[in-house]
Amino acid sequence: MSGAAEWRPALAASVVLRHDAVRDVDLLVLPERAVVLTPSAAAVLRLCDGETGAAAIVDRLSRDFPDAPVATDVPVFLDRVRQEGWLR
Amino acid sequence: MTAPEVAPPWALLAELTHRCPLHCAYCSNPVELVKRDAELSTEDWARVMREAAALGVVSTHLSGGEPLRRADLEQIVAATAGAGIHSQMVTSGVGLDERRLGRLVDAGLNCVQLSVQHADLRANDEIAGARVFAAKERAAALVRKTGIVLGLNVVLHRQNLDAIDDIIALGIAWGCSRIELANAQYQGWALLNRAALLPSREQLARAEDAVGRWRERLAGSVELIWVLPDYFTGVPKPCMGGWGALSLTVAPDGTVLPCPGAYVITELDFPNVRNASLAEIWRRSPAFAAYRGDAWMPDPCRSCPRRAEDFGGCRCQARALTGDAARTDPACTLSPDHHLIEARTAPSSGGPGREPAASPAPVVPRILRS
Repeated sequence: MSGAAEWRPALAASVVLRHDAVRDVDLLVLPERAVVLTPSAAAVLRLCDGETGAAAIVDRLSRDFPDAPVATDVPVFLDRVRQEGWLR
Repeated sequence: MTAPEVAPPWALLAELTHRCPLHCAYCSNPVELVKRDAELSTEDWARVMREAAALGVVSTHLSGGEPLRRADLEQIVAATAGAGIHSQMVTSGVGLDERRLGRLVDAGLNCVQLSVQHADLRANDEIAGARVFAAKERAAALVRKTGIVLGLNVVLHRQNLDAIDDIIALGIAWGCSRIELANAQYQGWALLNRAALLPSREQLARAEDAVGRWRERLAGSVELIWVLPDYFTGVPKPCMGGWGALSLTVAPDGTVLPCPGAYVITELDFPNVRNASLAEIWRRSPAFAAYRGDAWMPDPCRSCPRRAEDFGGCRCQARALTGDAARTDPACTLSPDHHLIEARTAPSSGGPGREPAASPAPVVPRILRS
């Protein structure tokens, strides 16, 4: 699965990740909709800068959140967000 | 005692101008169009965007009329982006060249929604009342080149529903990620031109089948939105997600409305950004409070289990068809006024519910006289 390891996730075109100070939540804003993110989803997506590989994102999150099931959950999450068309 | 907290709006429809090179007979602008000399200034729009962001708006449609008719559109886009609001330009494509689009994207424009009237050049230009198809095709290619998302918006009616396959194919060929197939809402100009625009049930059924086939074929690669024709479904639309609930519209002259069709409710005194802040308007104006929640609802809505889903339907349609904006939307089969709709759509009515007649009804084109 070397192909998956090479993926460097980035937000898709016209998608913006931002904090909403009015509602105190993190949002993914895209054409015609806004998605309210859980804090952990936002923490993952903030690392999707197009330069960091998916594996490196998992490593980094595993260090930052040693008690969370990062290695199992994050790849699945990234894939799901890519299928939604919000990551490329 | 303080008033209950009103949840903040998510979206703003900015009708920057009513000037437009097209003359579509179903235009969603009011029949009384705002003239150029009454339009808000660049500074006004910049303030509107700042106030909208502070209030909770995260997304805006920069629309019109044709927003490109505003020479200061780049500045308005920059003010919108500066306020942190995601922006989509809703355009006919007329007046968009590579340099202007480049400036808009540089100013922070996030995406573009392009209107098209038909997949066939001549039919398109006839519906639009102007030679614009070629400009749209060019505009689509230019937007795709920038890499920002392109959506297509098609208002559907008797004169283009039979071309739905070609319209969807056109949207795919133009590189659209999202195609909004919006059955005309019979308000304002479209109500004026209803006899010419209202499709037959057969036409609608064929088009809906076609959309289903395309959805299967596309498997999510292009998003198809089918905006239901409420005249035919018997179920009212959850208009705007509820009155004063999710979004607001600012008209070219600064009038603030819960929905772009609300002009017809003349008994409400709609506030203006020239006299009040958006926050005051959203939270405290009687016009925005008028149909919020469900306390205003008459029967049959009051006791209906669907009232939390459709919010009683469209207030503007109730007002236009019954004279009372607080009545149940006549589109609902449970409405005591449903006959007003049924008379237009029943297959045996001899009206437009049948197959299209050979000689179409006369059309009033949308024209702004200055």
